[in-house]
Amino acid sequence: MTAPPPAARSAEPPVVIDDVVKHYGEVAAVDHVTIEVRQGELFGFIGPDGAGKTTLFRILTTLLLPDAGSARVLGLDVVSGIWSLRRQIGYMPGRFSLYPDLSVRENLDFFASVFGTTIAREYDQIAPIYSQLEPFNDRRAAALSGGMKQKLALCCALVHRPRILFLDEPTTGVDAVSRREFWELLARMRTSGLTIVVSTPYMDEANRCDRVALMQSGRILATDAPAAVAASFDRTLLAVRSGDRYRTLLALRGYPHTHLVYPFGDALHLADDRVGVDAAHAATDAAAFLREKGFADARVEPTPPTIEDVFIARMSVVEPTEAAT
Amino acid sequence: MTAPADGAAIRTNGLTRTFGRFTAVDHITFDVRPGEVFGFLGANGAGKTTAIRMLTGLLTPSSGEAWVAGHDVYRESEAIKRDIGYMSQRFSLYDDLTVRENIQLYGGIYDLSGDQIRDRTERILSRLGLSHTAHDAVGALPLGWKQKLAFSVALLHEPRIVFLDEPTSGVDPITRRQFWEMIYEAAHAGTTVLVTTHYMDEAEYCDRISIMVSGRIAAIGSPSELKRDSEASSIDEVFVRLVRPELAGRGGSAA
Amino acid sequence: MSALYGLLRKETYHILRDRRTLGVLIFMPIVQVMLFGFSISTDVRDVRMVIVDPTPDATTLAIRDRFAAGGIFRVIGVSQTEQPLDRLFRTDTAQVALIFEPAFGRHLAAGDAAQLLVITDATEPNTGSSRQLYVNAVIQQYESDMGKRSGAVRITPQVRSRFNPTRESTNLFVPGLMAMVLTIIAALMTALSLTREKETGTMEALLVSPLRPWQIIVGKVAPYLGIGFVSVLAVLGVAKIVFHVPMQGSLALLLAEGTLFILVALSLGILVSARTSSQRVAMLAAMMGTMLPTQMLSGFIFPIESMPRPLQWVSIIVPARWFVLIARGIMLKGIGLTYLWRETLVLAAMTLVLLVASARSFKVRLQ
Repeated sequence: MTAPPPAARSAEPPVVIDDVVKHYGEVAAVDHVTIEVRQGELFGFIGPDGAGKTTLFRILTTLLLPDAGSARVLGLDVVSGIWSLRRQIGYMPGRFSLYPDLSVRENLDFFASVFGTTIAREYDQIAPIYSQLEPFNDRRAAALSGGMKQKLALCCALVHRPRILFLDEPTTGVDAVSRREFWELLARMRTSGLTIVVSTPYMDEANRCDRVALMQSGRILATDAPAAVAASFDRTLLAVRSGDRYRTLLALRGYPHTHLVYPFGDALHLADDRVGVDAAHAATDAAAFLREKGFADARVEPTPPTIEDVFIARMSVVEPTEAAT
Repeated sequence: MTAPADGAAIRTNGLTRTFGRFTAVDHITFDVRPGEVFGFLGANGAGKTTAIRMLTGLLTPSSGEAWVAGHDVYRESEAIKRDIGYMSQRFSLYDDLTVRENIQLYGGIYDLSGDQIRDRTERILSRLGLSHTAHDAVGALPLGWKQKLAFSVALLHEPRIVFLDEPTSGVDPITRRQFWEMIYEAAHAGTTVLVTTHYMDEAEYCDRISIMVSGRIAAIGSPSELKRDSEASSIDEVFVRLVRPELAGRGGSAA
Repeated sequence: MSALYGLLRKETYHILRDRRTLGVLIFMPIVQVMLFGFSISTDVRDVRMVIVDPTPDATTLAIRDRFAAGGIFRVIGVSQTEQPLDRLFRTDTAQVALIFEPAFGRHLAAGDAAQLLVITDATEPNTGSSRQLYVNAVIQQYESDMGKRSGAVRITPQVRSRFNPTRESTNLFVPGLMAMVLTIIAALMTALSLTREKETGTMEALLVSPLRPWQIIVGKVAPYLGIGFVSVLAVLGVAKIVFHVPMQGSLALLLAEGTLFILVALSLGILVSARTSSQRVAMLAAMMGTMLPTQMLSGFIFPIESMPRPLQWVSIIVPARWFVLIARGIMLKGIGLTYLWRETLVLAAMTLVLLVASARSFKVRLQ
């Protein structure tokens, strides 16, 4: 894929969001968000439904007006630069926005024509993805699998060689395999210098990004490279494995040093509330407590925190009634 | 064809469903034990939804046998519906009715007495901490609360088995875990739970899981068994190996 | 202009692939024409009457006053010969003609029977016979008031249903039916088309593109001209083949006017759907805003003159009212653009106004 021509003069980042606020009725869907995305980055907004990701994306793609604050994309204001921006942005809305009764080829033809170009002319731009779809060229979009729809929607967003891509929850509702394939595609696109902004509710996908912003209830909880975000977990984290997970969980709620305890994959994660405690020490303490409670087979060991742990910890601070303790 | 004597909550034997020439579900055979939390996984289009429709009495199989809560799916589909609970993303509560009204509605549908409805309503409201919002329209609740409430309503008539179709889709990590705690509570009280999900880490929360590929069950067992057999470190990895082997082991996501 | 072309092509795919709707659009008009066959009788008011009185005298004047004063008839002119009648009927200036025989008054005074010829224009639905009755009533009243023998005035009704010689109801209904059917198709389909985009989520993708509102609107309107045209042909085909409705005037003109009318209805549909976000609401709004007024206020079933004044004014903005006039004129009276240019201009103006309003009210954002 050929890289789009670089911006003429400014070193201004391709996305600059400055204290943007957006309300729906009384709820602040976007609540004073300030953030930047750098040129050529693969940037992820990570957060559940209702976090405000879609609203934010709609503001950045000129579909909604912010109630307060300002945002600039590719050096243009999202409010005043609407028509110029619409030529240069690639957008993949949630739910894929494809025409179900049109075929693969017809969908792509249409989106190409809307931007004044054709599939033939931009073939090299979309070839890596489109080549996987071409065998299904005549199939109606409604009859495509979730993974195929994803790829087609991505092609439609890319076909006019945008200078920046906004993908709103492109992996939602799609199975694990297709999700993985999709991120492979994105990784390959990065190398061309295209700036890509993605949103996703899946915490594990955060690790595929250059930088991430954790978002919840319209606010940003953290912004950094994924590893840095994970490392920002400010407590000692232990993984507890035992036969009866549920009872172990209930028991640990009574453990005096529990700051947070919650299920995590095949284990339980226990955040020790003693700041700066030695990890091995914390592990033995917890194991002893459990053995005392009758969980002879419990194994406790330190575990490196992940983004999801950080998310839970930050959320527990923000909304204490929702805390996992 | 008689009901299984060992009290399996769900039993299927060569269960099949075709649509014209397309076989959506291809001779699946598995059991779910009472009180088990069973994860029903598979790629989109693998046949999960069709299988669940057959088990919940919504679709008649083309061939094979199945019993749900001791009832034969061919002849006793109405009895099945009375003995199971169901919750899905699409089929849920009525947004413009209040919390109370929704509970009353489903209570009535399942033939609960006025007293029962009253009791259980109070129990649900206090368990979820919704007593102060009992008279608010459900549509005004945040997604997480809606999901938890929908789950409670699915259990309202104390069914023996409850089917959950992607119940935690889109919900934040904390609420998801609270939801799963509710699942555990129900399972510990003896309710069998069959859940489908796209979150592979939730698969780990289950006692046993099955993975469907192209209409067949490609793997079934406890999460640790499956990981051992596939030499994988996560269910995500197991999944990928089964569904798309050429992708396995490449650029995996560190959970 | 490849963007517009791309839009037109896409819309055409949608239309052709929605088999069920397509079937409804083609067959519904046919079915409707077949089903419609009943007559509705209504009160008559303000009937425009021209009087031919070759020998005016006190008697004829007295009778003429009766007609003028009754409130049912409005005397729009008096002539001494029958010469202007043809033109007056053709231009719809007169709906009834009352023709006194020469020396009417003298015959009556002499105790002989006096002849009164009544000619009605029966292209208005079923009011021809009603008007007859009213004429009879007025005369009878006069006779009894004058103490004359009933029957002294021999009234010869000549419902020369001038432009509807066989007086088939269908002749009268078909123009109105065309208007109804085209309205339904146009308004409903555009409403559905726009809101369907909103519901599948593709509207977002369209908005975040360089497409301007006018392009989107034209892209949504134009393809349905094609379908509307086919529907017109379908209805005309049935009318001609099954019911033998005459086509006195120019077919080409009728099709052209039909196309213009579809354009108006499409523009109305776009305006409606610009404001609604769900298909169901759009359909209801389209029906309320177009079909109902078309049925009630276009003169299709109920004569406009019989309506209360405020409703008559409202009917001025109902596009179907104008088209019904045009269609009846062409099909049953065989008149052409020279007589219909005013009505045509009204439709053209409506199109312009509605399209501009749609483009203006089209939201370029989601809010």
